Amino acid sequence: MAGFREYKVGSRLFALAFGGSMTITLFFPSINIASVSSTDVALSKQLAVGHETGFNLEDPFLQGKNKPVVVALKADPKTGQPLADAISVFVYQPGTTFPAGILHPRILGQGIEQLSVEQGHITDAQKAYGAVFTVSKGTYQGKEFSFIDNLTATKGWMPADVMHAAKDEDISHAGAGKTYFVREGCWWCHTLLPEQTQDWQVFGAPPMLGDFNGESPTAFGSDRKAPDLMHVGSRNSSKEWLMMHFFNPRLVQPHSIMPRFDYLWGEKDASGNKIDYDKWRAEYDDYREGKRVSPPEVPAYASDSEIRSLIDFMLSLK
Amino acid sequence: MLKYLFAKNEDIPAGSAAVFFGFSAIIWFVIGTGLGSFNAAKLAFPDFVTGNIYFAFGHMRQVHVMAVIFGWISMAFAMAMMYITPALGNTKLWSEKLGLWNCLLWNVGLTLGLTVLWAGITSGREYSDFPWPVDLYLAFFVFIPLAVNVWMTILNRRTQGIYTTNWFFAAAVFMVIIVFLVGNSPEFFHLTGLTEAYLTWWFAHNVLGLWITPVAAAIAYYTIPKVTGNPLYSHRIGHLHFWSVVVFYSTPAAHHLMSAPLPEWLKSFASVEGVLILVPAIAFVSNIMLTMKGKWHMFVENIEVRFTITGCLMAIPLNMQGGFQQTRAINWYIHGTGWIVAHAHLALLGFSTFLEAAAVYLGLQTIMKRKLYSLTLANMHFWLLLIGFSIYWVSMTIAGLIQGAGKIYEVPYIDVVIAEHPYMIARWIGGTLVFTGNVLWLYNMWMTARKGTEVPEGRMPHELGYER
Repeated sequence: MAGFREYKVGSRLFALAFGGSMTITLFFPSINIASVSSTDVALSKQLAVGHETGFNLEDPFLQGKNKPVVVALKADPKTGQPLADAISVFVYQPGTTFPAGILHPRILGQGIEQLSVEQGHITDAQKAYGAVFTVSKGTYQGKEFSFIDNLTATKGWMPADVMHAAKDEDISHAGAGKTYFVREGCWWCHTLLPEQTQDWQVFGAPPMLGDFNGESPTAFGSDRKAPDLMHVGSRNSSKEWLMMHFFNPRLVQPHSIMPRFDYLWGEKDASGNKIDYDKWRAEYDDYREGKRVSPPEVPAYASDSEIRSLIDFMLSLK
Repeated sequence: MLKYLFAKNEDIPAGSAAVFFGFSAIIWFVIGTGLGSFNAAKLAFPDFVTGNIYFAFGHMRQVHVMAVIFGWISMAFAMAMMYITPALGNTKLWSEKLGLWNCLLWNVGLTLGLTVLWAGITSGREYSDFPWPVDLYLAFFVFIPLAVNVWMTILNRRTQGIYTTNWFFAAAVFMVIIVFLVGNSPEFFHLTGLTEAYLTWWFAHNVLGLWITPVAAAIAYYTIPKVTGNPLYSHRIGHLHFWSVVVFYSTPAAHHLMSAPLPEWLKSFASVEGVLILVPAIAFVSNIMLTMKGKWHMFVENIEVRFTITGCLMAIPLNMQGGFQQTRAINWYIHGTGWIVAHAHLALLGFSTFLEAAAVYLGLQTIMKRKLYSLTLANMHFWLLLIGFSIYWVSMTIAGLIQGAGKIYEVPYIDVVIAEHPYMIARWIGGTLVFTGNVLWLYNMWMTARKGTEVPEGRMPHELGYER
């Protein structure tokens, strides 16, 4: 075996050079990034979206399973007393995996971690019983922070109580929607990252360092062929427009190159009737060829359809 | 091939693994570019095959990317390693049997990985889209066996020194394992937030910088001296190339995220290191060009030299773009636009593919001892690739500049889409030409195996005249 006898110096230099670049590109940034504190955006985003929206063993086929829902709560779910201000609560049904910030409060950042554990009792949350969270404000060492409040521990609100009190229109399935956003590859064209150019004025403020704690995948996107969506819910919050645009983008924007996502409607529409896609497409083709005056009606989506969650996710991108 | 899987290692003819890898690579190239052409059609004509989840653009885009990177490019690399590494060590491949199994498991794993991606089962991370079980499979059943074979062949060489090509092979097969295991750690350990975002691009950058670029260059260090008969111009410039790849190419990962909220020192550091990528690039291109001295007629006459030199020439605009487009001064304008898509294709379809195609042409003829079936088909392959790629690159670069202008002048987005439409059609035409060229190539190589003139013992294929 010829081995490496004559390459002793070279092998050691290689270890030094490669090890050095790994130290600079992995170890040093990890110290920096680990010290980034969560912003309010990061807290509510990870609570809304849940543990993981890419491939994971709880939802291997990316069907939007194992996800929390966001409920706009106007009354105390236990007593029925109206609340002074409506609040958003994040409901984790029993068995739903908690997001990274609950499992590893360390990633929340100085102050937020202590408040979330001591006042918010997030470490008491148990997967088997589920939990209801919200973002509250508190002070730690004289400074004000937002923190995660485990309402199941602090107020005794159980997921079932909240869901019982909530109406369907108060519930957002943004977490499942993010899963479909990843699965359908929306991020191959739509970025979630306004750039540091005049972009800001059209697509809104760029994100801050702490906006992503607990999020996976971040799905920034790199190949922008369509508008940035980071703040799309602030620009356009019309469900009707989104519904038509998803079913066939050319209904509302004749020059759009977005694919049709009509298949996310599933088998049945809102009233339980079977959706006849072939008929719809034939009628739409007639409309395009000028044989019809107006395009066919877009079917209203069922409340448990995938498109509902995806639209909820769009609207959550404020 | 399959009959040798359970044969004794000594009974397997030398080069079997390389042939298996070579044909697999060409088939993946046909599949990968076919998917690329299909995807491009969808961008040009959005209602082309519509309303079906399995033919949706968002399900197919990543299948194209992964098929060309881990099917075509990486398997062509493995093919080159299977025959070049032993040739340069004056020895046999350490284990043909391992090589054959490596190729079989690679094809199985990649088929599995692409199938799940197609179904939408993705990690949602660009370039590391495969779900983590597939990543682990690729690390342990694809790259580690490949590394073992390459390293054992080099350790068992019968030459005193190690030639330049083999330094790169040995280092790259080691580095790609590290890149695979570290780059996918957010999936293994559920790392989140900026760590996840940064590691995504750390992987994407390093799989190009520490795997694709150095191995492609290493192949040229073999093919040009071998076919022209000239010795490599300078061993020392080779050293400069190797060490500057390890030091400079391994560090600029953050320059892919110049507009993302990352620590500013990291972006500045990455940007400076990114410009220094020009050091290995210039070293490589000049070394190959100077090796050609006195043999430039072969650039016209010989298909392998023509492919290799064309690829090397494309490394010049590639690295000029790559070195400077990531600086803040330029990046703010072109980031996220079609310019980058054009640049990525210049790297993978221009520079790298042309070098690997030469290695596959040369290797398959040498191992099978068969002269290339048809020069005409090879010429058509070359020109379809070059013209198709050029149409693609020019149209996407223009589209990118339009997008950049639209971005800074606050043009309503839909006007940018309208302005880009002609270039989307041009991109589809370019991609389709590339696909057509590859179909011809597959036919040509298949016919070479079956009907190519036998190359006499002790002769190189390029010493024989072409017959068709």
